[in-house]
Amino acid sequence: MHNKNLYGITALFDSPDKIISVAKKTAEAGYTRFDINSPYPVHGFDKAMNLKPSKLGFITLVFGLTGSIVALLFMFWTMSIDYPMIIGGKPFFALPAFIPITFEVTVLLASLATVIGMIVFFFKFPENRHPLHNTNYIKQVSKDKFGLVIEASDKNFEYQKVKDFIISLNPIEVEEIYYQEKELLSIIEPKFLTLLLAVALVTSGTTYFVLNELLYMVPFSWMSEQLRLNPQNSCELFADGFGMRMPVKGTVARGFMPYLQKGNSNPTELLENPYLITEENIKLGKSKYLTFCSPCHGNYGDGDSRLRGQFPNPPTLHSKRAQEFKDGMIYHIIVNGQNSMPSYASYLNNEERWAVVNFIRVLQKAKNASDSDLQFVKKENNKNASN
Amino acid sequence: MHQTDFLYKNKELPISLKNYGIIFFIVGLALALVAFIVDKERAIFNYLVLYSMLISIGLGSLFLIALEYVAGADWSVPFRRIPEFLSGILPLLFILVIPLLIFNHDLFHWTHKEIVEQDEILKGKEPYLNITFFIIRVIAFIFIWVIFFLVLRKNSLSQDYSKDQNLTRKNIIISAIFIPTFAITITFTAIDWLMSLEPHWFSTIFGVYYFSGTVICAIASVTLIIVYLKEKGYYNPWITNDHLYSFGALLFAFVNFWAYIAFSQFMLIWYANLPEETFWFLTRWEGSWKVISILLIIVHFVVPYSVLLSQPSKMNPNRLKFISIWLIFAHLLDLFWLIMPNMNELKKGYNFSWIDFVFPVLGIGLVLIVFNFFSKNKNLIPVGDPKLNKGLNFHL
Repeated sequence: MHNKNLYGITALFDSPDKIISVAKKTAEAGYTRFDINSPYPVHGFDKAMNLKPSKLGFITLVFGLTGSIVALLFMFWTMSIDYPMIIGGKPFFALPAFIPITFEVTVLLASLATVIGMIVFFFKFPENRHPLHNTNYIKQVSKDKFGLVIEASDKNFEYQKVKDFIISLNPIEVEEIYYQEKELLSIIEPKFLTLLLAVALVTSGTTYFVLNELLYMVPFSWMSEQLRLNPQNSCELFADGFGMRMPVKGTVARGFMPYLQKGNSNPTELLENPYLITEENIKLGKSKYLTFCSPCHGNYGDGDSRLRGQFPNPPTLHSKRAQEFKDGMIYHIIVNGQNSMPSYASYLNNEERWAVVNFIRVLQKAKNASDSDLQFVKKENNKNASN
Repeated sequence: MHQTDFLYKNKELPISLKNYGIIFFIVGLALALVAFIVDKERAIFNYLVLYSMLISIGLGSLFLIALEYVAGADWSVPFRRIPEFLSGILPLLFILVIPLLIFNHDLFHWTHKEIVEQDEILKGKEPYLNITFFIIRVIAFIFIWVIFFLVLRKNSLSQDYSKDQNLTRKNIIISAIFIPTFAITITFTAIDWLMSLEPHWFSTIFGVYYFSGTVICAIASVTLIIVYLKEKGYYNPWITNDHLYSFGALLFAFVNFWAYIAFSQFMLIWYANLPEETFWFLTRWEGSWKVISILLIIVHFVVPYSVLLSQPSKMNPNRLKFISIWLIFAHLLDLFWLIMPNMNELKKGYNFSWIDFVFPVLGIGLVLIVFNFFSKNKNLIPVGDPKLNKGLNFHL
């Protein structure tokens, strides 16, 4: 009847060489549910016990790969898609800069997963009712002895046979281990819970103190009091007391070409239209014209304002004078304004201004087409229809 | 478990090894001479690749011996003879260095007085980079290495007969002196032979970079020879796959170390983006060098990393043999990538030439001959070493 709650039979030995031969013999005797305990790692256990290679490596591999992929994708999404920022003139997806973080996250996730996987899956933690707890056997093997335990759950386990086998190995000591009636160490125990609470309070209190108080005390706060120019603050270095400075006179932004005739109502020199009339260009011009010009000049440039007299109507764009304007002159009017018309320089960039000029040319041509133009259009239409 | 029946009988290495060595050497030498006549500049640059490769094998092997003594490693004791034979290349360097010193004008443009005169930076570096001091350094370093090699080897060999444990103690002290000496000399060797090819460029991690490749090359050579000898029955039955596992693990570790160092060097230069540093990498991104640069990452890191990652493959003899040859080639490619883009003709991109394949042939011949010469009538296992028994009984 004592077999009912027998956990296993243990034996103690006193040298690593002995325990390796013991492990080998036990494995050869056909036992599979047995274990070796040693106060320090001894090389050769795995082979002697005939163990299969550990599966732990797969956990490390899977979590390591997850770490690298997640880190890379996260940085790719934040830095290149969600909130792209130019840092140090590097591309948005700056792979070399991402590698160290990818590496760190890989190592972090892999190592954490290995340790947690080992504790949870292989040590079956939290296991605080293990029968070996608090036995003479476990105390000895944590000190200077080497132990063997054959578990009763082994399929070849027969009490007398195992006992004889163990005695034939010449152990120093044999001990039978039984399952404990009641849990020896419980998690819900006032002492343990009090300790847990105390540790939690001390840890969070210290963290709060260091991060929110200590860093703002005198020797540590020196970091934030540096001799530097803070934006939006006054500065004693300059005579006018301004911290932020204007760029040097004549500074030109990159990729920006200043228009030299600006503010000159009678331009002395007009620009040449640098853009070819293409379908794309006309489309851009149309969209900009309809947005910015058509409220006053009308959808077809007739000067029929949609503003119902709230603003003086401009003249038609189909007048002889307007038709004879050079491209550069229309550009000049867009940039500079004319009479009641304000400058549109801040609404339209260089390309868009020329596109609007081209579109006005299209409107003028459409309104004042000659016979030959009409015949050409007819021919084109027929060609398209027959296709 | 203990091997009590250990009785070593000295077995001669196959004569074919010597024959192959001589054939490779003669063919390589003849082709190399032709190469010198056809294209002197390309030949001398290729010869520098070979010379650096031989330093890597010889000096790296000597480092492995010293490391074993200093770290008190047991598992590697049965194999110590292989790096001892391989570091026999070191005395040969006295002869091998002569062509490089004769043709230094073709290699280093800081040797040209008229160029240095017009160049502020080179003028500033002249106290270090001048031909007299250069020759003194080169010869002195080889001299230091050879002395360490001779003493370590003599002690180790005489222990076979005297079984004197004090010789191990002596070698530990010598190794402890050698390791810092090695660190300094290999750094300056890397600076002198490799970095000064582009005298305007500088990188403080460069010595470590060369060191990482050197150790990979040395371990790979030793592993290759051991797996080969084990297959031919020279080590059976004492050497198990557990021993081989340590070689696989070391190779894996140093492959990672190389990648770490190489990336550290690249990233800092890429990030700081200083023109005086970036041009070195830009040269290696020019034309077809770009392909070789990318290939280097794959050959030197991605492939060996993937092959060596799992535990069983670290102890599989066939896979170790493959990856050792692969890594020796990878180090050769690494040196090629470091040295060849400095040639004026190849600045704009690599173009194919048969000369590039001549010198490795000569190198294989030299290593085989040296290995044969130094292993003649010597035990393949240091039978007198007090740690030998523990080393033979090594288990995972």
